[in-house]
Amino acid sequence: MLLIECPWCGQREETEFRYGGQAHVDYPSAPAETGDTEWAEFLFYRDNPAGPFAERWMHAAGCRRWFNAVRDTRTNEFLGVYRIGEGQPA
Amino acid sequence: MTASLLRTSPLGEREAEFAASGMDIREAGFRAMVNVRVDSASAAADAIGIALGVPLPVVPNTVCGGERAAVWLGPDEWLIYGADGDTPRITALATEALGPVSGSVLDLSANRTTIEISGARAREVLAKGCALDLHPRVFGEGHCAQTLIGKTQVLLWQYGNAPDYRILVRASFANYLADWLLDAAASGW
Ligand SMILES: [Zn+2]
Repeated sequence: MLLIECPWCGQREETEFRYGGQAHVDYPSAPAETGDTEWAEFLFYRDNPAGPFAERWMHAAGCRRWFNAVRDTRTNEFLGVYRIGEGQPA
Repeated sequence: MTASLLRTSPLGEREAEFAASGMDIREAGFRAMVNVRVDSASAAADAIGIALGVPLPVVPNTVCGGERAAVWLGPDEWLIYGADGDTPRITALATEALGPVSGSVLDLSANRTTIEISGARAREVLAKGCALDLHPRVFGEGHCAQTLIGKTQVLLWQYGNAPDYRILVRASFANYLADWLLDAAASGW
């Protein structure tokens, strides 16, 4: 069982969490002027690195807070977690 | 039919099974449960704590208070727990103390019921279906956690040193959890 650290509750089992995809995907700053291609990229295009990847997770069965995590997609190792609003650790 | 007009708790019909289980386990029905959301750093959060007589804990997964208690649910969210009948008072006090600040006070008493389980075997029974480390050096009196027992979401809270645990479970999952706890209590170690 994979243990994931919630920035509020500490280490909990993976089954308590929901995955939220890539982190730091910003909503278009000028939606009315955003063309179809840019909308499609915002909605559907995601990075797919082999290595560290910043992702959103939610502690669904616990405190129900969204947070960010950096996970190595090759090893499934969590390299760090940080709260919403905190910058991505180097 | 007078009986159907009386209020019923989700596990009211399981009393005899609890009594026969060999465990110190019971339903504590009809407890007051009021959800409070407010910025933990705000003056309103302090005012709510003073009005209720229990500070809102800022340390994650801890509880403040006694018969009326404030249970940490999130960095800006608590469950105020009290005796049967305390809901109107809790709601009125917290609403007044919150004032015009952004936040909410919501009566959720009917959302969950409470199972209390006590005694030397309580920890072992819980440990069969709960992944948390319940050893007293990690999880002791005054600690709480929202987690899973079996397949259902619960708010687990150690309120006494016997040890005594409260398990708050949604009404529609209460019978599932009762089945699960009775089965865990009956089977060997
Ligand atoms: Zn959490």
